[in-house]
Amino acid sequence: MANTPEDLSYTKDHEWVRVRGEQATIGITDHAQNQLGDVVYVELPKVGEKFEVTEPFGSVESVKAVSEIYMPLTGSVVEVNEKLNDAPELVNADPYGDGWMIVIKMDNPAQVDGLLNSAEYEDYIKEEASE
Amino acid sequence: MDKPESRIKKATTHVTQNEGLLFEMSRAGRIGYSIPALDVPERAPEELIDKTLIRDDDLEGMPELSEVDVIRHFTRISTWNYGVDTGMYPLGSCTMKYNPRINERVARIEGFAALHPLTPAPLAQGALEIIRRLEECLAEITGLAAVTTQPAAGAQGELTGIMMIRAALTDRGDPRKKVLIPDSAHGTNPASAVISGYTVETIPSNSEGTTDLDKLRGMMNEDVAALMLTNPNTLGKFEQNIEEVCRIVHDRGGFVYMDGANMNALVGVAKPASFGIDVMHLNLHKTFSTPHGGGGPGAGPVAVTSELEPYLPFPRVARNEDGRLALDFDRPKSVGRVRAYFGNFGVLVRALSYILTHGDQGLREATETAVLNANYIAHHLKDIYDIAYPGSLMHEVIFSDKRQIKYGVRNADIAKRLIDYGFYPPTMSFPLIVQGAIMVEPTETESREELDLFIDAMKSIDREAAEDPEILKHAPHTTKVGRLDEVAAARKPVLRWRQGRAETA
Amino acid sequence: MRYIPNSPDERRSMLQDIGRARIEDLFEQIPEKLRLNEPVGVGAPVSEPDLVAYFRELAAHNATDYQSFLGAGAYSHFIPVIIDPLISRSEFFTAYTPYQPELSQGTLQYIFEFQTMICQLTGMEVANASLYDGSTGLAEAVLMANRVTRRDHFIIADTVHPQYREVVESYTKNLGLKIDYAPHTEAGTIDPASLQIDKTTAAVVVQSPNFFGSIEDLTMLAEAAHQAGALLVVAITEPMSLGVLKSPGACGADIVVAEGQSFGIPLSYGGPYCGLFATLEKYIRQMPGRLVGEAYDHDGRRGYVLTLSTREQHIRREKATSNICTNQGLFALMATIYLATMGRRGVQEVARQNLQKAHYAAARIAGLDGFSLKISAPFFNEFVVACPRPATEVMQALLDKKIIGGVALANYYPEMSDALLVCVTETARKSAIDDLVSALAG
Repeated sequence: MANTPEDLSYTKDHEWVRVRGEQATIGITDHAQNQLGDVVYVELPKVGEKFEVTEPFGSVESVKAVSEIYMPLTGSVVEVNEKLNDAPELVNADPYGDGWMIVIKMDNPAQVDGLLNSAEYEDYIKEEASE
Repeated sequence: MDKPESRIKKATTHVTQNEGLLFEMSRAGRIGYSIPALDVPERAPEELIDKTLIRDDDLEGMPELSEVDVIRHFTRISTWNYGVDTGMYPLGSCTMKYNPRINERVARIEGFAALHPLTPAPLAQGALEIIRRLEECLAEITGLAAVTTQPAAGAQGELTGIMMIRAALTDRGDPRKKVLIPDSAHGTNPASAVISGYTVETIPSNSEGTTDLDKLRGMMNEDVAALMLTNPNTLGKFEQNIEEVCRIVHDRGGFVYMDGANMNALVGVAKPASFGIDVMHLNLHKTFSTPHGGGGPGAGPVAVTSELEPYLPFPRVARNEDGRLALDFDRPKSVGRVRAYFGNFGVLVRALSYILTHGDQGLREATETAVLNANYIAHHLKDIYDIAYPGSLMHEVIFSDKRQIKYGVRNADIAKRLIDYGFYPPTMSFPLIVQGAIMVEPTETESREELDLFIDAMKSIDREAAEDPEILKHAPHTTKVGRLDEVAAARKPVLRWRQGRAETA
Repeated sequence: MRYIPNSPDERRSMLQDIGRARIEDLFEQIPEKLRLNEPVGVGAPVSEPDLVAYFRELAAHNATDYQSFLGAGAYSHFIPVIIDPLISRSEFFTAYTPYQPELSQGTLQYIFEFQTMICQLTGMEVANASLYDGSTGLAEAVLMANRVTRRDHFIIADTVHPQYREVVESYTKNLGLKIDYAPHTEAGTIDPASLQIDKTTAAVVVQSPNFFGSIEDLTMLAEAAHQAGALLVVAITEPMSLGVLKSPGACGADIVVAEGQSFGIPLSYGGPYCGLFATLEKYIRQMPGRLVGEAYDHDGRRGYVLTLSTREQHIRREKATSNICTNQGLFALMATIYLATMGRRGVQEVARQNLQKAHYAAARIAGLDGFSLKISAPFFNEFVVACPRPATEVMQALLDKKIIGGVALANYYPEMSDALLVCVTETARKSAIDDLVSALAG
């Protein structure tokens, strides 16, 4: 069973969001990394780039698949996890910790209310699996 | 219970030579070449070329080997490969059939092999005749009006075809925006459409595994330039409603591109022009058995209706009034050139040799037998391996690992275990719409015994999955190397040898 | 049909076995009216001896007994005898793309060796497993430069092979990319200072030695491109020149494409050849084509696999870096065996002979009355002769003496009606060069 921390928010595209003040840290969920398998490469944006909600901001690759990563919230990138360049396996080992991807400054913090909480996200995964 | 290895009938183990890289074998002072000595007066290179333009690394790192070293090296590493000549190579959608040696012989005739592409046309009449005759044969086989042999491979044929559609639509006033492609299509289709300046929309297949007509009607509009359709498709199904499909697309002013990757199921049995399609490519290395060469060369001739003929790449081979062949560059509507010179000429020679060897009767016989062999395998394995889209099949059958998953075994494990049984594995995990796909295309050049051995191997592997799944998960057990760590290879890519790196063999 | 193992009786028995009465039943999915009820129309089967005779007859209509000085993108070089028997091993030539590495180590290892030698020769950091040929390789390089820089303007030297330029135009015209051609100077090369490079320029694209055989100043061109944040793309139609010339990598090139035909591949009327493609590690994710990398199995044994495949069409589909699937595997093998057989010293020796013989020929022709060298820049094995008459007339006169003298440049550069492009490689004996000189003289 995938790990889904209660203090985070989630999207149906399998990103998680941790909000601290005006900033939000973003990564992909434990479920997503499990589905993808061993991550070999993570492509991330540059600090300063701006993205709209649901816009793709990067991608994560396994040996035989690529998944785009979508913005859960509108904002501009203030920090990028450079460690993933040399150690993409952190996304598998610690998706909610060292495997984080970017930190953004939110344009509209109210968008957080539209995200799923952990229970809703778990329900969504089950629903998806039964399809 | 008999030992698993005793069930393997086709293969046995054999001494395999170890062999390092060329660079590791290199020894200073060894020579492998022989050319005549320089017979003109020599001048210092610095007198001829500015010193700053001259190389100063003495080609360090390039190997120094004797002729014997080279022969042994490539012979040894060749034994780590498996080819069609080794045995059945049921790589679905790739049509791995026997490569006749006569084709190799004729392509090597000095008058072809040593002919320079810029030889004046009057001195290249034989070569031009081959291009011309092959174009005529392929026009007969497809039923279409004209053919270009310039594209270097199927994917380049696709690009050429879509470029022609774009040019024709532009002439009508609007190039349009989109190309429709089924979810079962090869990845080259969308990639080619994008280079032609289109966006791609995916059409879902229906429950029979063919084009969903209602969905097509819903998606087809004046923004759509073309539908790209593989027929028979990658599920081994003939698109039974192909005429209606073409009508829907044509009614809204679009074109139908047929991907001819699977023409091995149709040659001599049906002509695609009669379906109503506008343009298609043929893969000479598949249908017409020019060797696959470990990944090419191929050739991807494109056949078109007379409406699209003016848009074919230049130059065209044309016959003058005096009967001589010449190159026609005066093609104002042409999409241009897609490759230097005349495409993969040597492949064209081989394909023409194949077609003439077969003749009308042989081509039909080949197609019929290819379809028979696929159906034979499907019949004998259908109770053991799931077929996602059952029913009539053409030249290939798509099984899946659905019934074996319960043992914790995936399609890749089945594939790797087939290696121990002496077979090259089928195409895996394609088409994408079949979970755990195992795509088997036997072709017409397999004997009944070889097909039976394959069926037997697949049955035995299913038993092993139930009795001892670990043996599958660690397969292959008999090859020079076991499963390689592709994850580590992709995380820290090592794409070349470098001097001074630790040598491990 | 001798390629179908099962006899008609065996096929009938297999049909019965699967519960079908007639072979036609297997085609029931094809609507009746779409099925062909007549011969397809290619004629009766031809026997093996008749087929050989037919092709020999056709080959006899091609010029085989002419002394040729044709180059212009395809070159006559000695081909070591061992290449053909080695590539004819069925394990190589009847295999396909190495999708299953455990059963394809032969192919994968030679591609790794090929990639390594292409890097060594070009001075670049990474090379792929080959593209179709030099012309399509150049088109792929242009598309890649667009992805890397996200700029859409290209400056292409007018000294790039005209057919390569045509291919680039076909590939780029539907993608909104803008191409400007940079004219050559009197010397027959591109002047780096004259290039109109700006912030929208993705790449400067040159060929060296260029279509006239002249060697471009790649170091200066690279500096000019890099100053404006553009890439330098270098095309090479005659990679044998790398045996003597400074590598494009050492000059600062960002992408190098080359036609690999010179490395042991028969002329074969223009193909199949082998596109070489090399670049810098930082651009690896934007590269087209297949890549082979080193990998280890569970027991620590070294092997090779296809890697970084997520760039490719079978995974990324419409977002792939190229539509290429099948490349030129067997011809990359030819080049690999060629480079292994010739080796470090052989490549240097062939390059030396090309340089010397071409300069010997150029000096002798330039000494003839009315003839001169049209272009003054340094060259490798090709040069442009200014003739006293239209070059097409000179060509025709030579043909009567069983000599194909070269390429009349007026076909590609209408203002150069007197120009004949002559190529001299190691395969031209001194006597043949002297014959050409006497034939030109009169």
